[in-house]
Amino acid sequence: MTDAVNLGETIVFWVCAVLATLGALGLVLSRKAVHSALWTALTMINLAVLYIANSAPFLGMVQVIVYTGAVMMLFLFVLMVVGVDASDSLIETIKGQRAAGILLGAALAVLMVWGIGSSLTSVTAIGLDRANAVDGGNVQGIARMIFTDYLIAFEATSALLITAALGAMILAHRERWAARPSQQQLSKARFSSGVHPGNMPSPGIYARHNAVDTPALLPDGSPSQASIPRPLQARGDVRPVDHADVADVAEVADAASREVDSK
Amino acid sequence: MNPGNYILLSAVLFSIGAIGVLVRRNAIVVFMCVELMLNAANLAFVSFARMNGNLDGQTVAFFVMVVAAAEVVVGLAIIVQIFRTRSSASIDEPNLLKY
Repeated sequence: MTDAVNLGETIVFWVCAVLATLGALGLVLSRKAVHSALWTALTMINLAVLYIANSAPFLGMVQVIVYTGAVMMLFLFVLMVVGVDASDSLIETIKGQRAAGILLGAALAVLMVWGIGSSLTSVTAIGLDRANAVDGGNVQGIARMIFTDYLIAFEATSALLITAALGAMILAHRERWAARPSQQQLSKARFSSGVHPGNMPSPGIYARHNAVDTPALLPDGSPSQASIPRPLQARGDVRPVDHADVADVAEVADAASREVDSK
Repeated sequence: MNPGNYILLSAVLFSIGAIGVLVRRNAIVVFMCVELMLNAANLAFVSFARMNGNLDGQTVAFFVMVVAAAEVVVGLAIIVQIFRTRSSASIDEPNLLKY
């Protein structure tokens, strides 16, 4: 009894294999860690499809839930903690390490593909139909194995998971050595630091536009730099003060106050 | 198509992961490459299970996933801890044990 690979599976294999390899290459070649994480997620999803095509529907679903769902999200959370823009430095600490690493990795690939490939030329798959039929399905079959043949390993897994959860809690926990500062202490520190303690002036005050890139105008008509968010200043996106506009506004305000006076 | 192609894909993914571990120096990226290698091994397990017609390979792949999930949790906690003390995620930074 053999399980031949039909045309549909062949197409699925080639599409998903190319995408998974692309994701793996993207993981290694991206400069930014976040991009690497997203490429890895692509690889994991394609591997899940390959598992399902390869008569392992249960593992395919577990792969989606555990890897793309939990593990990759955990990676992204940690990337947010560690800093999204944490990218590699290009300075080599060991001379020639990168070239040697690429060479050895490529040699490993050639060795495995050549060695395994030459022994797999005329292989046929027995297929899992008979093994699945014993217990009435793939999930039932794996369940029987876990709770009979692999029971000890399964029990050890539960101990491992508890240890891992506890270990992560202890490692990620930060002990507070100093007492939490009170509101009074925080306030004193803020005023004694010499920095302007209140809110910054909001943008657009006395100006014609209310947008964040319009500086607030001081009473003498000059723009207030403190009213523009610093990122905009750094990018040079501050809108220049249009003095004709300011004069218009002043005229309107004058007219309004004269009207009030005359009543 | 030959079912051995799955094994070849697994070998290619494993090698790419190995290159990543050797070449990259951001600890999190290195860690993701290790995950890629584990996944490649899982693909080989699943393919061998189908070739040999028994479910042991799939069960072992399931256990590998469980261990990998636990490993990610502890590993990432260690990376966060190192980042807190050294404010760097580079694997070249923690070299005190060398001396």
